[in-house]
Amino acid sequence: MKKYPMHINLNGEWVEMEADAGETLLQTLRNKLDAVEVKNGCGKGDCGACTVILNGNPVNACLTLALQADGKEVVTIKGIGSVQNPHPIQKSFVEKGAIQCGFCTAGHVLSAKVLLDKNPEPTRDDITEAISGNLCRCTGYTKIVEAIEDSVLEAQSGRE
Amino acid sequence: MGNTEYIKPKNLNDLLNNKKETEGRGAVIAGGTNLIPQMQEKIKSPEFLIDVCDLQELSQIKEENGMISIGAGTTIADIASSDIINVKSPILASAARQLGNPLVRNRATIGGNLADASPAADTAPPLLALEAFLFLESEGGGQREVPLEQFFTGPNQTVMKANEVMTRICFSEPEHPLNGGYIKLGLRKAMAISVVSVAVMLDVEEGICRKARIALGSVAPKPVRAYGVEKNLEGKELNRDVIEASANKVTKDISPISDIRASAKYRQHTSSVLLKRAILEARDRGKK
Repeated sequence: MKKYPMHINLNGEWVEMEADAGETLLQTLRNKLDAVEVKNGCGKGDCGACTVILNGNPVNACLTLALQADGKEVVTIKGIGSVQNPHPIQKSFVEKGAIQCGFCTAGHVLSAKVLLDKNPEPTRDDITEAISGNLCRCTGYTKIVEAIEDSVLEAQSGRE
Repeated sequence: MGNTEYIKPKNLNDLLNNKKETEGRGAVIAGGTNLIPQMQEKIKSPEFLIDVCDLQELSQIKEENGMISIGAGTTIADIASSDIINVKSPILASAARQLGNPLVRNRATIGGNLADASPAADTAPPLLALEAFLFLESEGGGQREVPLEQFFTGPNQTVMKANEVMTRICFSEPEHPLNGGYIKLGLRKAMAISVVSVAVMLDVEEGICRKARIALGSVAPKPVRAYGVEKNLEGKELNRDVIEASANKVTKDISPISDIRASAKYRQHTSSVLLKRAILEARDRGKK
């Protein structure tokens, strides 16, 4: 297999690796960089569990070649908050009970984060549209949407 | 996939050379939203992948001398949010907003949507209604302009030659950009392959239809123009009876099949229903 050198800025740090032409970013993240916080739900772009933020835009890591991320910024759920210091959206998800099995959660949170960064006061329709690429088999979405709305309100009261 | 070679051209010139040098064994990859799953499933195993996803030259949206020009590498997300597209061709912006989902739209490109040539390609019906044409270029200065209505030859089949690259999609700025309608019928609000999609552009003068351009997706082996309905509408007053009678004639312009998403009969029926709604939308949107 022909391998090509590449580097990505993963959650703020440049890392170098090799990838073959057909390897997806999801495969590289999970198998070579131990970034297993990025989940493999379907591997074909239908579920959004593998959502990462690539140069500021949320994308399916399974629909991006590793080599297409060369030289770019990749942000996973670990890049936006931690257990000790959660991102406000993560806090809202926990407080509002928007997590059951947790498999879809990272993808939803990252899609929501980019939405709120670009549009701090989204309507409910804006929210459901922003997460329309992320499937959840457990929650029925109600609490996910409420959690995102909650983080909007929290941010608003933080600004006032 | 194991032996695939990866090439990343730095500019259009390099791209055209790469396409020539790989002699038909090289697949251009842009967003990869169709190609990557196919490669993972081993449905396609190109010897060479020629990556254009970062080629700025191919992703410009321009407005010059009454022509709108969209680089083939422009992402669907950028088309959906483009001021030029939203103002000058809102039906294309509407289709772009309904393609796939936001994650896919950040990678998928308009060139990829057309080159993949699914009969359900979301951007095809609006572009057909806008009478778009494509620039296909090859090494050595080769260039031809192909009207989109001649581009598709069947399901996932186009007139593109092995050494050609689609560089731009162009159309004349419509005189009445608001007099358009686009409706996508899918089984879900997102991530849906269309069951039927309809795009309409009209020129209306004092209630009379001067020009109608109508296209449908997912109802034939390729996206199609409804020439019969167009002729039926032109010259007539656009009242509800005329619109209904013309919309019902669409069954002669389409040849839907039954598949996993819908039956042929359902597609026949809903084509007329959606077409009537889209024509009404096109008629009424421009009104003050």
